Amino acid sequence: MLQIPCPHCGPRDEVEFSCGGEAHIARPKESDALSDAEWADYLFMRANPKGVLAERWCHTLGCRRWFNVERDTVSHEILRVYPMGEPRGGGSGA
Amino acid sequence: MKRQRQRLDTGARIDRSQRLGFRFNGKSYEGFAGDTLASALLANGVRLVGRSFKFHRPRGIYSAGMEEPNALVQLGKGAASEPNLRATQVELFDGLEAASVNCWPSVKFDVWALNDRVSSMLPAGFYYKTFMWPKSFWHRYEKVIRKGAGLGIAPQAPDHNIYDKRHQHCDVLVVGGGPAGISAALAAGRAGARVILVDEQAELGGALLGNGERIEARSGVDWTLGARAELDDMAEVRVLTRTTAFGYYDQNYVLMVERVNDHLGAPAGTLRQRLWKIRAAQVVLATGAIERPMVFANNDRPGVMLAGAAQTYINRYGAKPGNRAALYVNNDCAYRAALDLVEAGIRVEAVIDVRANPTGEAVAAVRERGIDVLAHHAVGGTLGSKRLRGIEVLALNDKGDGFAGDIRRLRCDLLCLSGGWNPTVHLFSQSGGKLDFDEKQACFVPGEARQAVSAAGAANGVFALQGCLAGGTAAGREAAQKAGFEEPGAPAALPFSPPEADPLNPVWRLPPVSKGEMRFVDLHNDVTVSDIELAAREGYGAVEHLKRYTTTGMGPDQGRTGNMHALAILADIKGVSIPEVGTTTFRPPYAPVPYGVMAGRDVGVLTDPVRMTAIHGWHERSGAVFDDVGHWKRPWYYPRPGENMAAAVRRECVAARDGVALLDASTLGKIDIHGPDAAEFLNRIYTNSWSKLAVGRCRYGLMLGEDGMVMDDGVTTRLGETHYFMTTTTGGAARVMAWMEDWLQCEWPDLKVFLTSVSEQWATLSLSGPNARRLLSELAEGVDLSVQAFPHMSVRDGRVAGIDARIFRVSFTGELGYEVSVATSYGLALWQAFLRVGENYDLTPIGTEALHVLRAEKGYIAVGHDTDGTVTPGDLGMDWIVSTKKDFLGRRSLARADCVRPDRKHFVGLLPEARVPEGAQIVDEPRRRPPMKMIGHVTSCYDSATLGRPIALAMVAGGRERMGETVTIPLTMEGRVVKAEIVSPVFYDAQGERLNV
Ligand SMILES: [Zn+2]
Repeated sequence: MLQIPCPHCGPRDEVEFSCGGEAHIARPKESDALSDAEWADYLFMRANPKGVLAERWCHTLGCRRWFNVERDTVSHEILRVYPMGEPRGGGSGA
Repeated sequence: MKRQRQRLDTGARIDRSQRLGFRFNGKSYEGFAGDTLASALLANGVRLVGRSFKFHRPRGIYSAGMEEPNALVQLGKGAASEPNLRATQVELFDGLEAASVNCWPSVKFDVWALNDRVSSMLPAGFYYKTFMWPKSFWHRYEKVIRKGAGLGIAPQAPDHNIYDKRHQHCDVLVVGGGPAGISAALAAGRAGARVILVDEQAELGGALLGNGERIEARSGVDWTLGARAELDDMAEVRVLTRTTAFGYYDQNYVLMVERVNDHLGAPAGTLRQRLWKIRAAQVVLATGAIERPMVFANNDRPGVMLAGAAQTYINRYGAKPGNRAALYVNNDCAYRAALDLVEAGIRVEAVIDVRANPTGEAVAAVRERGIDVLAHHAVGGTLGSKRLRGIEVLALNDKGDGFAGDIRRLRCDLLCLSGGWNPTVHLFSQSGGKLDFDEKQACFVPGEARQAVSAAGAANGVFALQGCLAGGTAAGREAAQKAGFEEPGAPAALPFSPPEADPLNPVWRLPPVSKGEMRFVDLHNDVTVSDIELAAREGYGAVEHLKRYTTTGMGPDQGRTGNMHALAILADIKGVSIPEVGTTTFRPPYAPVPYGVMAGRDVGVLTDPVRMTAIHGWHERSGAVFDDVGHWKRPWYYPRPGENMAAAVRRECVAARDGVALLDASTLGKIDIHGPDAAEFLNRIYTNSWSKLAVGRCRYGLMLGEDGMVMDDGVTTRLGETHYFMTTTTGGAARVMAWMEDWLQCEWPDLKVFLTSVSEQWATLSLSGPNARRLLSELAEGVDLSVQAFPHMSVRDGRVAGIDARIFRVSFTGELGYEVSVATSYGLALWQAFLRVGENYDLTPIGTEALHVLRAEKGYIAVGHDTDGTVTPGDLGMDWIVSTKKDFLGRRSLARADCVRPDRKHFVGLLPEARVPEGAQIVDEPRRRPPMKMIGHVTSCYDSATLGRPIALAMVAGGRERMGETVTIPLTMEGRVVKAEIVSPVFYDAQGERLNV
C-alpha cells in the first residue's frame, strides 16, 4: 500500500486514490491530421519504464483533485508530486 | 492424569500454582500457566507428536518457536477447529484439545508410514514424474494422494469469533522484543518518539527468556521486566505482545496480527485477533535469529532438537526434553546449552564438535564440568525410531569432509543440534532490502536498505548479548533522530566489538555412513540431501527450481531450519559460493494469518455496502424481489400471491402499456453541471450537439470513450442559461462523474464548469402509461401539464402532492411518461401519494425487469447490457446522434479502419422461436457440436406481453443488411437449436406516436 502525498490533503493511503496511468499525454488537437497509427499511439501506447514514471493520480476518496506523481516503478518510491499542467523533471510552470 | 515427570521443581517462567488440564491425541495431561502445548507435552514426557508430510515418519518437538517443522497440531474439535498450528506457539489453556495432523488412524500407528519403507521409490519430483502422467489419470490419484499428503483439516463451520482492524501511525516501529528490540524501543522512547514495540511471544524478553544470560548483574528476565516497566511509563510508547509483524510493504507499511485471546481458547463471540496496519516513519527490525541444525542420517528422530530450544524448555518452561543428552555442534554457542542441561539434572554424554580444536570460554567451562568434548567428530546416524535411543559417532577425516575410524555408539534420548544461526531477515527482505552473505558466520545478513529501516541484534548478524544491547540502543536512537526526536544528554553509544570466539565451521553435508539412510534437510517436507543432489543432477540447479522440484522450504515452516543447508549443499554440488546460488524470495506473510483477521468486521451484511432508495422499506414490505445494480438494491418485480416471475412481469408490462405504472428510478445517476462553459463541455463529452438546446428542454446523449466505444447514455436537461442536469445509467454514475472530472481538471482546465454529484439528493419516481398525465394532474400544482405547454423532452418546476418537485417529461418505456424528482427525504411521501391517488387508475408498481421488457420492445439500448465496451454508435445504428460538425471524445476513433469495417456486428432485433438465454451465440451453419462459426450473440431476450411472443436484441455481423434472414442459436451440446428471424430492433410503435399524446 503506497502512501501518496496529496498536494491538497497531505499523505494518505493508496486506497483513497485512483491511478490515471502515464502523465503528460496531451490529447492531439488536430486529430484528423493524424494517421490511424498515430492516433492509436495516443490512445493505447504507454511507456511502462523500469524506473521513474510520471503518472496521474486522483484523490478520489478525498479532495477528488488530479495531480502528477513521479514514481520509481522498481522501488515504488514517490519522488515528486506536482500539479496538473506542470512539466515533469522538477521545472516550474509550463 | 499423568504426573509431569519431566518437570523441574523450581525456576522458569511458569506458574506452578495454576494447573491447566488439556488433551492431546485423546489423552489427558496437565501443564502449568505459562506453558506452550509443546513445553507441556515435554514436561509430560510425550516425545512422539506427529508424522512427517511425505514418509509419515515419527517426529518429535524440534524447536521452541515458529520455525517448528514437526509439531503441527489441529486445535479444537469439530467443525471450527483450526489446522496446522505449531505446538511450540500454542499457549496452554485449561481445556485445550489438540491432535497431531497428518497421521491416520493415529500417531503411533500410521498406515501411510508404509511410505517410509518404500522411500527409495519416492524421490524428489516423484509426484511430477509419476502422477502427472498420463495426464488423464491425475484426477484418479489426486484424492488418495491428497489424503495421504495432507496437513490438518480446514474448518468447515462459520467462524464465530470477532476480528478487528486498527490503523496506527508511529515514529519508530520496533519489531522484536528481545534485548536488541527492547534497547531500541527504550532509546527511541526516551528521545520522545512515538514508538510501537511488538513481539510475537506472550511476554517481552526474546532469547533472554530461554538462554539464562545475565545483564549488569541481573538476570535477563529481571532486566526485561525493568525495561517493560519503563516502557509502560512512557506515554508515547505502545507495547504489543502476542503480535506478529507478518508483512512489510511500501513506504514502511507493516501489517501485524495481534492474538488477543487465543491463549484463553478464543471463546466464541469474543474478539479473537486484531489486524494492525502500521505506517511508521522508521522501522527497527530486531527479529532475532533462528538456529540451524546439523544434518546426518536419521536426524529426524523424536528426541533430536535444536540446542537453543532445549535450553529454552529448561530455562523458560522448566521442562526437561530428555534425561540423557548429547550435543552435536559446529560453534561455541551451544556449549552454554550443555551447561544448562547439566544444571537441570540431565546427564550430558558428550559434545560432538566438527571443529578440530575448539577452545572458547564456554568450551572450557564444559570441559571443566567433566563433559566429554569430541572435537573433529561427527554424528553419523541415530538409533531408535519412535524415540531416540542413541547416536553413532565417528571421527572426521583430515580434510573434515568424510569419516575416519570406527563407529562409536552413545546412549542418549536427547540430541541437541547447533549448526549456527540464521538472522531472521524475512521482513527486511520483504521491505526490499538486499541481503549480504556473512562468510564468517555463514549466514545472510541485512545489507543495503531500500526503505527507512535498520536491523539490530541477532537479526543483524550480531549474536553476542552485549552487541544486541549496544546495537539496539544505537538503532533506536538513530531511528528516533531521523524521525525528528533526540534525547537531550543521552550518553554516547558505546562501541561494541564482538568477543573472541572460535569461528564456526559449517559442515553442511557429510557422506552417509551406510547407503540409503535418509539425511533430512527439510524435516517438514521430508526433503533429504539425496533429493537435493538428485535435483541438481537433473538440472534443477537454480534455487527457485530446486525449491519447486524438491518442495524444500515450502511447508508451513517455510524451511526456516533447513533452507540454509539446501542452499549450501546446492552451492557445494555446483562448486559455487552460497551467495552465488542466492536465496529464494521472501514474501509476505512471514507467518500464516487466518482469513478471519483479514476480513475483520467486513463479513455478513457488512461484506459490501448496500445502497437503498428512500422507498426501499416500502418495496420490502410489498414483497419486491430485488435486483442488484451496482451497490443498489432495485425492485426487480413485485409478485402478487400465487404469481411467478413471468406472470408478475407480464402484469406490470401490461399496466405500463394500457394504464399507468410507477417505477422507483431514484438510482439513476444525476450530475449537476454549472458554469458558463457547460454547453461547450457537453459538446465535448457527448456525441451530439448541445449548443442549441433551449432552457427547459431535455436531450438524450450518448457518451463514448476515447476509443470510440459507447460508455454511457442518458438524458440531460438545460435548467438555466448556465445550468444543466445530467442523468446517467445507475451503474455508470460514479464512472461518468470521474470521467468528466478527469477531462475538466487534466485536459480542459480552461473550461469554467463545475460538477456536483446529486444522485442521492433526489428521489426520482417515474410514471409511465396512457393514464400518467391524468394521474399526475390530480397531484400537481403550478404546472400546466397540457401537451402544448409541456411537450415530450422538457422539464417544469412545480409542486406534486405538496412537495417541491422537478418534473421531467421523458420516457424509457415508449409510453407517455413523467419523472418526478423530489428531495430524497420526501421520496416515500410522494410514492405513497401516487399510490393513494393511483387507486382509481389501478396504478401498478413495476420493477426493473418490466422496464427492461418495455424498453427492449422499443429497441432502446441498455448500456452495459446490449453494449460491452466494443460497440460504436454506428454498430447500434445510432449515427443520427453523432455530430459531424464538432469534436467530441471518441470521435477520431470512429474513423479508425477497424471501426468502419463492413463486417462489424450490428444491433438488430430477433424474433426467436423460443426465449433464449442472453449471451447465446448466433450461427449461420449449425453443426452437431462446436466449433461453429459464430456471427453474433444475443444481448437481451424477453417474453413480450405486448407482442405475445419472445423477442430478442442481438449483435449480428452485418445484421442491418440481413433483415428478414433466419439465423440459428445453438443451445446445448445435444444439438438443441432455436431459429430466429433478423428484424428491426424497434418492435413496437416504430413511429413513436404513443409519446406524442
Ligand atoms: Zn486530496
